Amino acid sequence: MMKRSKKAGLLSAIIWGSGQIYNKHYIKGLVFFIIQIITIANWRYFYEKLWGLITLGQTESVIEGGIVKHGDNSIILLITGLLALMVLLFLIIIYIINIRDAVSMARYADDKEAIPTEKEWVAHTWGKSFPYIMLIIPTIFIILLVVLPILFGFLIAFTNYSAPDHLPPRHLVSWVGFENFRNIFSVPIWNDTFWGVATWTIIWALLSTITCFFGGLFMAVLINSKRVKFKKFWRTLFILPWAIPQLVSLLVFRNLFNGQFGPINRFLRESGIISQNIPWLSNPTIAKVTIIIINIWLGFPYFMSMMTGIMTSISGELYEAATIDGATSRQQFWKITMPLVLYSTAPLLIMSFAGNFNNFGVIYFLTDGNPINPKYKFAGSTDILITWIYKLTKDNRQFAMASVMSILIFILIGSISVWNFLRTKSFKEEDMI
Amino acid sequence: MKMGHETEISQEKINTGYKLTTAKVWDIVLTILTYMLLIFVAALIIIPIVWIVGSSFNPSSSLSSSTAFPKHPTTLHYKELFQKTQFARWYMNTLKIAVINMILSMILTISTSYVFSRFNFKGKKASLLGILVLQMFPSFMGMMAMYNILWQLKLLDSHIGLVLVYAAGQIPYNTWLVKGYLSSIPKSLDEAAMIDGASNLKIFFKIILPLSKPIMVFVAISQFMAPWMDFIFPRLIISSNEKKTLAIGLFDLIAGNTNKNFTQFAAGAVLVAIPITLLFMFFQKYFIEGITAGASKG
Repeated sequence: MMKRSKKAGLLSAIIWGSGQIYNKHYIKGLVFFIIQIITIANWRYFYEKLWGLITLGQTESVIEGGIVKHGDNSIILLITGLLALMVLLFLIIIYIINIRDAVSMARYADDKEAIPTEKEWVAHTWGKSFPYIMLIIPTIFIILLVVLPILFGFLIAFTNYSAPDHLPPRHLVSWVGFENFRNIFSVPIWNDTFWGVATWTIIWALLSTITCFFGGLFMAVLINSKRVKFKKFWRTLFILPWAIPQLVSLLVFRNLFNGQFGPINRFLRESGIISQNIPWLSNPTIAKVTIIIINIWLGFPYFMSMMTGIMTSISGELYEAATIDGATSRQQFWKITMPLVLYSTAPLLIMSFAGNFNNFGVIYFLTDGNPINPKYKFAGSTDILITWIYKLTKDNRQFAMASVMSILIFILIGSISVWNFLRTKSFKEEDMI
Repeated sequence: MKMGHETEISQEKINTGYKLTTAKVWDIVLTILTYMLLIFVAALIIIPIVWIVGSSFNPSSSLSSSTAFPKHPTTLHYKELFQKTQFARWYMNTLKIAVINMILSMILTISTSYVFSRFNFKGKKASLLGILVLQMFPSFMGMMAMYNILWQLKLLDSHIGLVLVYAAGQIPYNTWLVKGYLSSIPKSLDEAAMIDGASNLKIFFKIILPLSKPIMVFVAISQFMAPWMDFIFPRLIISSNEKKTLAIGLFDLIAGNTNKNFTQFAAGAVLVAIPITLLFMFFQKYFIEGITAGASKG
């Protein structure tokens, strides 16, 4: 004879909820059944959306005698297709839960025990469902506004979605596989731009992190020196650049360093130091140096305040013991202070590198990626990858290439973050998750 | 012999006296150098600030003639800012978005982190790893899709759309941050309350919420401040002038015509920077704690 659990599972696998009804869980069974009815009733929806996702549309918009006949909008098809796919996945999960529940309840009968009544089941499940209920709203948010856009952005890299020939609603977009990835490395102008911009991005991320780190360290040591009085006053003063909204300070600097009208050039000219304006932000090399210097102003307070925090928290006993052992204050600094500070700021350093790598604001607001570089496609001399992506998307509608670039950035930054995470406390602790 | 001895002593005296003075001189020189450096850096920090504040009181409106200490200071540009542009409107928009975003973000973050730090349930490990990965994507990788989704939801050019984007986008990072913090609160506290018959919600409101205050202050303030500075998303979502936030309003003031509108921009910059700077200075401690926790992930 067939086991009761097998029977219940088979029943639910064919008609959702029938296994539950077989187990005398009528309401639950009915709910599963209704979900199945709704799913089947909407089969056309899933069919059409998945068709849209696979083909990205087949009829192009045409203009006949001044009247626009709308065809398929590939981008909308892609997004709604993704959404339908997620709903379908969700339904499959419900389907599996439906079978599992029927089997697990019927198991009680297999073991010659009474199947819990529906009331008992509800009471039991309610206690366990608290986390899920709490997570419903955040999950919807994340899926709709984080996961879906990222998936979309990811898939765009494998299409030809770009100006001028593949822009919906006028034109169709189609899947092109890895062509864009190949183009980046084989079409000379893309290849030159990519390597040029990527090299500067890495130099920028390294230099900006290092300069701010050592700038911060230097100031922290200076303030913490026993010669300095009113430590709190100095610290507050030096934190100002961090406190002032970055957008504001960047726009102010852009004007201060304006080559034509800026007060810095005016001052230098009037005091006779220079006779001609220095192109602070419009000569490729000078602009890069200027950006890094301005960034020190913006970035050192962050490291400085972290480090003063760490320095003041180092126990005084450590230094006392060292003094008794005859260590000079220089030795104490190099053997106690520095290792402790470096050890605790290492993760900050990595995060900061990742942050600078994608530091949109500094580049965009100071130079907008300019001066123009004729060797580059849609990028200027000071553009970093993220501002290039922004220009590709916003100004030039080269969505596919922008998306390829985002994936490359993600691979790089993602692996740095994962590596950073793997060495942290919460990962090493058993109870991490 | 005697003579020699005496000279030795006096020599020693001179030596020690001399040594003392060099040490002292060195000490004074170093102290002066330290202070000079401090003052130098302080000047570098203050000059741009003084310049922009001074510029906002300049009578002329061009960048080329603005000075840090105008001879005839005027508040004309502040008045113009409110009369000729929609500055007040932008200010209110930003404030509204900031407050709603702050509240919504706090609710979303604390509820997810509470669940992740205190409950065991199926799919927990997978979802935690999932949001860890999500947090690594460049934030505007999803820009194009976001635009289309908001368009489909009829939320383009609306503040709700902007708030939703902010509040959803912060969940992955802040959940990890707050979850790390909550995990450091001993579980025995809620277990004891559980034995006393407290419900999950009661434990949440009476124990978890008060204890998570420091990290939640960080979440609140950083989420409040984000809309004041964020440029990319309002630029993407907002198109009409009266719905602009301060960041794009301010940017547009000088984007086209740097030399002409400069002092008006300066006035706007001052009005935006003052409250945000004060807020930051006031909550400094929480910022430093929050960022340290974020970098080491609990």
